[in-house]
Amino acid sequence: MNWQLLPQFVISGLLAGGPIALTALGLVLVFKSSYIFNFAHGQLLLLGALMTWWFAVERELPLWLAIVLALALSAVIGLAIERFTLRPMTGQPLLSIILMTLGLSQVLQGLALLLFGGSQRNFPQIFSAADPYIITLPWLIDDRPLILILKQNLVWSFVAAMLGVILISAFFRFTSIGLAMRGASEDHELAQSLGLRIHRIFGLSWAMAGMVATAAGILLATSSGLDLSLSIVVLAAFPVVLLGGIESIPGVIVGGLLIGLTQGVVSTFKAQWVRDMTEIVPYLVLLVVLLIRPEGLFGQKRIERI
Amino acid sequence: MALRPAGEFDVSFARDMATIRRGWQWVLLFAFIAALYALPFYASESTTALINRIGITIIAVQGLNLLTGLTGQISLGQAAFMTAGGYISALLVGKLGWHFFAALPAAALGAGVIGLIFGLPSLRVKGFYLVMATLAAQFIIPWFTRNAFPEVLNGAQGLNVAVPEIFGLKFNKPDQYIWLTLTVLIPSTIIAHNVSRSRLGRAFVSIRDNDLAAELLGINLFKYKLFAFFLAAMYAGAAGSLEAHNLRHLNSETFNLVDSIFLLGMLVVGGLGSNLGPIFGSIVVELLTDASALFGPFVVELFPDAAGGAQAMRPLFFGVTLILFLIFEPRGLAHRWQIIKAAWRLRPFSHT
Repeated sequence: MNWQLLPQFVISGLLAGGPIALTALGLVLVFKSSYIFNFAHGQLLLLGALMTWWFAVERELPLWLAIVLALALSAVIGLAIERFTLRPMTGQPLLSIILMTLGLSQVLQGLALLLFGGSQRNFPQIFSAADPYIITLPWLIDDRPLILILKQNLVWSFVAAMLGVILISAFFRFTSIGLAMRGASEDHELAQSLGLRIHRIFGLSWAMAGMVATAAGILLATSSGLDLSLSIVVLAAFPVVLLGGIESIPGVIVGGLLIGLTQGVVSTFKAQWVRDMTEIVPYLVLLVVLLIRPEGLFGQKRIERI
Repeated sequence: MALRPAGEFDVSFARDMATIRRGWQWVLLFAFIAALYALPFYASESTTALINRIGITIIAVQGLNLLTGLTGQISLGQAAFMTAGGYISALLVGKLGWHFFAALPAAALGAGVIGLIFGLPSLRVKGFYLVMATLAAQFIIPWFTRNAFPEVLNGAQGLNVAVPEIFGLKFNKPDQYIWLTLTVLIPSTIIAHNVSRSRLGRAFVSIRDNDLAAELLGINLFKYKLFAFFLAAMYAGAAGSLEAHNLRHLNSETFNLVDSIFLLGMLVVGGLGSNLGPIFGSIVVELLTDASALFGPFVVELFPDAAGGAQAMRPLFFGVTLILFLIFEPRGLAHRWQIIKAAWRLRPFSHT
């Protein structure tokens, strides 16, 4: 292990975990209200980023307007998905619903390809990538002072992602719609009999998920570029959701940071074979979580064990 | 149960158990199989290649049907097990000089054992937690082929796979390869059919319908779930080995996550848990996605700035087909076929 580099990678890993946590939050939003695990989230994220790019670069609108328009459009897409594909599936077995979101992911991927093409895009830089923050820490390792180099765009996407997560948790905690969503997630029929409009709540949570996906897509596209592979990033968010506990918003933050951190630490090892594992570390964590504690760190113990 | 034709009675136990009930059905079956084997003599090479690919896909979907359709364990890892089978067979033939006909069952067995390992989480979790576990297989196995033993597996470059050969006959064109595919496909269909109506298949179905009740009835969940994973991965291994030797090149991306999703989708379009399902589903989805290529030129005209317009049709066609089937015919084409058969037998008073 390279001790000199370790703190740097820990911090970079944590920062990378921010947007992943925001991505995972979109998954939790839908799951919390409607018990659907959305395998099409990656494609929502990709479409959101592509729409922002289209408004900002092709239409040459100011960036803030492009972001607002993309957020609004993705909310509409989320609503449409709920209304036209998932509402007919109410009461169907889990397998059908999982396959529905998988089918959706293929449709959205095809749409993204059809409307925007598969080439690499230059995404407008929201946060500048130049002049990183350099922090010199007072203590020494191997007689050298510790220097942390933090890229500005990573720091600010982390901050933005965390802001988003906090906003959504506050929404769930303090607003009456948030309360209704939490109620609906407990028991659909009970909530309906108490007068909650359950379909409206599902629709709203899908619209919010679309917006959160677009926000995460924008943040990821500013730091790592925009092409069709952006939808694959979400696959790193699945382990986050399971690690944190599928229904838990604090779990998302902790899970995202933990996964980012683990990836950061693994990439400091000297041995090549350990460093090669960086890309599958989330899945190894996932397998361990599933075998040891399937409900995750903060989840409710509701998994049927057999 | 399906309606029997008029005048058809089960007068003996053997007759009751028979899959093929009449002499002329045997004749038709053999004529059909002979027509398939004779394809290269009357069909164009591209048709043969298409049917060859469909045949290989059917094998993979049949395995998935045993796991997902009968046992109810959803798996997104079928393509990963195909990768495993393909690599095992390619290495056995290429490095150790095994004969293809020995390497194919070995690849199936090896993939089956790997399937057992990734099936272990199924004992603790189900539903989409299990999907996650099999998704992990879909990442870990290709990663392994990219990074482990680069001197043997050749990293991300992948392997060149040898041409199967028997008695001087080289299977290097679809015209010859289809004989290999059919020779594997026919026993695999028979095995899948017989598994589904034997003690094993009934245990699988009981686990799918109610695992708690199944366990109370004395069905060993541990054993049967793992056996289902083993069988599914074996089928995937055989299909992967066939496809690897067909393409003659193999790397970690030959069978990817999208293929896993497609295999599941084919199963749903065909009909979960029925023996005809994998066959119907593979044929329909493969033909549809093939037909989608025809739309490529029009799409490029409509969306000139989208470079990838033509490739976009495949996921679009597949996704829309899958969504429509899930909403309007969740039991798949096999169920529709049963309805048509019943309506034909009840005519002119069909009520379905």
